[in-house]
Amino acid sequence: MAVTKKKLSIVSFSGDFDKVIAVFTLATGAAAVGYEVNLFFTFWGLNTIKLKKGRAPLGKGILDRVFNFLMGGFGNLPLSRLNFLGASPHLMTYMMKKNNVATLAELVQAAKDLKVNFYACEMAMLILGVKKEDLIPEVKEVLGVAKFLENSEGGEVLFI
Amino acid sequence: MSTFKIDITKDHCPMTFVKTKLELEKLKSGDRLEVLLSEGEPLDNVPKSATEQGYKVVSISPVSGKSHSVVIEK
Repeated sequence: MAVTKKKLSIVSFSGDFDKVIAVFTLATGAAAVGYEVNLFFTFWGLNTIKLKKGRAPLGKGILDRVFNFLMGGFGNLPLSRLNFLGASPHLMTYMMKKNNVATLAELVQAAKDLKVNFYACEMAMLILGVKKEDLIPEVKEVLGVAKFLENSEGGEVLFI
Repeated sequence: MSTFKIDITKDHCPMTFVKTKLELEKLKSGDRLEVLLSEGEPLDNVPKSATEQGYKVVSISPVSGKSHSVVIEK
């Protein structure tokens, strides 16, 4: 008997540290229980999958470079509330470790190990002057709405 | 046939399933994985999700305190 694989697709829009934790908690949990998982990173969410973890002036134009520098990378994701100039994500990571809860970096690694599919939004990358080579190599494809809908068809879709 | 062991008693959701799944993937057919886990959410869900994914839960037995040993065969 053919088994239809369950599927979860998440649009990672926010790029806030706590919301990205939610994205990767759901993604890894679902992948571990046999779901096909698609993550579609757009706008602020792109910061999570930039190859450079710190602030880098990506792009060609002055606006691209300023925006990308200010947006930062994986190491600069802000907490959605009580960010305290970037101190809170470090404190939160400390609290997670202290309580034996996987840190964001561990969740991202687990997602890669579980073969979660990473996709990046073509339009957001165009606006911000971000190229595929500026992103982590696990990004399978740069795509738009039509392809995202095709990939997510028949499964659950979340927007975080 | 080999038996491997993993201790997830200190882990929490989702790493309880994640670590189990990643270990199970490394096994060859017929190999067994003994998972040491805590009661509650891991004990309720790890054997269930292993069964759903086609693995065989050979035994579930209490170890000490709130820990249990779950043996899963690929």
